[in-house]
Amino acid sequence: MDVLYFAWVRERIGIPREAVETQAGTVMDLVEELRGKEERYAAAFADISALRVAVDQQLTDFDAPLSGAREVAFFPPMTGG
Amino acid sequence: MRIVVQDAAFDFGAEATAFAEGRAVSGAVVTFTGIVRDVDGGLKAMEIEHYPGMTESALTDIATEAKTRWSLEDALVIHRHGQLEVGEMIMMVATAARHRKDAFEAAEYLMDYLKSRAPFWKREVTADGADWVAARDEDEDALTRW
Repeated sequence: MDVLYFAWVRERIGIPREAVETQAGTVMDLVEELRGKEERYAAAFADISALRVAVDQQLTDFDAPLSGAREVAFFPPMTGG
Repeated sequence: MRIVVQDAAFDFGAEATAFAEGRAVSGAVVTFTGIVRDVDGGLKAMEIEHYPGMTESALTDIATEAKTRWSLEDALVIHRHGQLEVGEMIMMVATAARHRKDAFEAAEYLMDYLKSRAPFWKREVTADGADWVAARDEDEDALTRW
């Protein structure tokens, strides 16, 4: 699946998106896998209360299932308007 | 209903006129425009990042929800991204309804939701560097009134 990063999450991880091979059942499982990859991921995902997540471009929770998901995005709380 | 996400400036007067013109059912049109302001002095620019694809669908969902909650004939949302200077218009919403109460409330609803539920992130550029704007608790709390 494609994993996208925005704002300071993108800056901390250093890339805007990447293709990830995963069997993660939920968003939180995917976060745990990413945390284990490298220190920059562990730093970006250190406090998930500071993060929001969208699965296939719909806002959701970290316990949301990932079955069939094509795109997961992580970003800080939004500041539009 | 029209949702526009673009980096180019928009013509507020022309957009407001085009939105208001030729209405027969709606007796009330409300518009709101957000402008880049320099609160502490020293702001050189505002950069706005967004999530192409999700931005448009989130704004469409928010406007669709507004149309179900209030008696709206029409709604318009224009939101810019990219680099903006102080004083530039960031975004506008417009609502058209039979009566002004629906038009005002729906416009406030659109503003409240697009501040914290549409995937935009603001970054302030000053002489000292650039910082992401933190989401404010008041903006999240504002959603609870709807």
